[in-house]
Amino acid sequence: MALLEAQHITKRFGGLTAVNSVSLEVDPHSIISVIGPNGAGKTTFFNIVTGIYQPDEGTITLDGQSLVGLRPDQIAAQGITRTFQNIRLFNNMTVLENVLVGQHPRLKSSVWQILLHSRGFKEDERQAEEKARKLLEFVRLGHRRNDLARSLAYGEQRRLEIARALASDPKLILLDEPAAGMNPQETEEATDLIRRLRDDRGITVVLIEHDMSLVMEISERIVVLDYGKKIAEGAPLEIRRDPRVIEAYLGAGAAAALEAQMPHDAPNTTTTSSPQPALPQTPNQK
Amino acid sequence: MASSGRTSPQSGGPRERLVAILSEGYTPYIVVTIYVLLSSAWLILSPFSTLIFLVFLSSLLAIYYFPVATWLKALLGIIVLGIVMPIVGNENQGFLDVVTQAGIFIALALGLNIVVGFAGLLDLGYVAFFALGAYLWGIFSTGQILNIFPGAEGSLPLGGGWFFVFLILAVIIAALAGVLLGLPVLRLRGDYLAIVTLGFGEVIRLLANNLDKPVNITNGAQGITSIGQAPMFFQPVITAVGLDPTPGAEYRLYMYALAIIIVMLTIVVARRLNDSRIGRAWTAIREDETAAIAMGVPLVRMKLLAFGAGASFAGAMGVLFAAKQLFISPPTFDLVRSISILAMVILGGMGSIPGVILGATVITLLNLRLLPDFASQLTLWRNSGLPIPSWFDPVSYQRLLFGLVLILMTIFRPEGILPERRRRFELHEDAAEGEQMAQDSQNLVHPDIGMKS
Repeated sequence: MALLEAQHITKRFGGLTAVNSVSLEVDPHSIISVIGPNGAGKTTFFNIVTGIYQPDEGTITLDGQSLVGLRPDQIAAQGITRTFQNIRLFNNMTVLENVLVGQHPRLKSSVWQILLHSRGFKEDERQAEEKARKLLEFVRLGHRRNDLARSLAYGEQRRLEIARALASDPKLILLDEPAAGMNPQETEEATDLIRRLRDDRGITVVLIEHDMSLVMEISERIVVLDYGKKIAEGAPLEIRRDPRVIEAYLGAGAAAALEAQMPHDAPNTTTTSSPQPALPQTPNQK
Repeated sequence: MASSGRTSPQSGGPRERLVAILSEGYTPYIVVTIYVLLSSAWLILSPFSTLIFLVFLSSLLAIYYFPVATWLKALLGIIVLGIVMPIVGNENQGFLDVVTQAGIFIALALGLNIVVGFAGLLDLGYVAFFALGAYLWGIFSTGQILNIFPGAEGSLPLGGGWFFVFLILAVIIAALAGVLLGLPVLRLRGDYLAIVTLGFGEVIRLLANNLDKPVNITNGAQGITSIGQAPMFFQPVITAVGLDPTPGAEYRLYMYALAIIIVMLTIVVARRLNDSRIGRAWTAIREDETAAIAMGVPLVRMKLLAFGAGASFAGAMGVLFAAKQLFISPPTFDLVRSISILAMVILGGMGSIPGVILGATVITLLNLRLLPDFASQLTLWRNSGLPIPSWFDPVSYQRLLFGLVLILMTIFRPEGILPERRRRFELHEDAAEGEQMAQDSQNLVHPDIGMKS
């Protein structure tokens, strides 16, 4: 059974349909990429899954439980956390505190326990700190735990966001452009970290990314959005050759032109000799 | 010395060298003990000198700052607040009153600090909760209550014995009122929140001013007089021990002791809340609401908790204030009062508990002691023939002073006199920040990806 099932998600902003009947199934322990040109609705889709926006139509379930109508903090508590496209750390809190905030849904001490400094509270705090330290080691930020988040270098801030998102023991983590603005070496480290999320910690990963080397290297499946619609879905190799994807990125006729240049690399998808419209029909969804 | 954190240790200015000398070995123990004992003795010998009083109060700051063991800090604190201050206050009730008022405002400022400093929600109507507490005790302990429940002369108004019950009741009722105010303003941020809370504060003051008809609940603009005193349950003990306070000073000493105890309690509560998942959630909300909620912080609950916790401090202090002054009237709870409490928080350092305590003390001293003293000094000079214009009256420039404090602080030291610890690098440029500035500019090189897709 799929871990996350989004069915026919639609979100309109006034006259603009930002996400148009997008469906997505995410199997447990998989790494899935969502790609598409700027403005394709990728981040909006993430915002819907995490509850920041409510979908106008469609259903979302995590482990069979519906997420529609839940607030973002409830969805986080259910096991979906995320990072942000433009880093959103708690800049004036320390690195460790950022991770502690991430554990909020898992900390249960009541106001009374806090005021009385009960044994349960102290134990709770001790464990939280211990766990935060381990998470920081996992993203190799242990040495910076007492620095303010804002004082971290860019790549470190990205890693801290991931550590913070891991703090609530999510089943699914959504990474919004985890390698944006990184140099090739940092991208490679990010790729490695994402893989370790899944392999070492058993977390399912869905990521938005423009860096195709990362996407192709890491993804088991790729979903392509364009103008709010899902135009393709498949393994990296299929997506790379899909004429609709090529056209979404390069414009109408690009697929045919590329094909004419490289006849030996004929894609095994339906060959199109005439230029197709840039926005083909949405593939039928089950 | 604790304050040296801001400056890098290797720079060898005279200040750093002094700090180094004072922190060495037993030196701080000896210095701070001598400081406390000397200033205490001096004040006991001349209990009417404002200058010596200030030196005496500054010894509390010294206790806080000097790097000595906690037991010595506690011991010296007990000497200053528990022994010397009552002795002096027995002689000079004016000083005792100033310290008691300072205590009340410290607790108020600590409460506002939860809302404004920790959670970042600008509340300009905070004094409303103070009024709520004050009027609660004011109404129930006087004949006003009979206007609401006529025919209950047998059991009402309530006797002084109910004071402590109302202290707790006020905490609960003010917290509920805080939550009620919080509910409609949850979606507002910044300026909009400030405007609505300001309106709320005015509503409560106007209610107090106008609820003398159709049923006389608050006695309107005349205010409520001869409010019930707190019970002097300890009198037998005092007589037994052989203490003999000046008759008028007895109740004031009692109020002083209560204020100090409640302030201690509020400090503990504020600190414990701040050092927990709740405090972290508040700070996270202050820093970035969207990120906080995505990390599982329940925004609504945490904001309401901040409003409620902050308001509860004010409710308790309202009851104490009413029992201390024995008279309350609407002008005490006007906007300027809210602003002055906010000025205390900003002056001391938003989010910083020691800072807020310092800010509240400084501003209360200015209000109650320094400005009036300065004014009477001016009158003396004027009478002795110095050309001081008669319109120059420092006491009436109180608001000007708050304004100046707020403006100067935001320009020169936005993080306050004693900034929040982890906040120290946030708004201020100094040596330690150089590296961080470099990082920031480095971050600018990376294109900020915006919310485009």
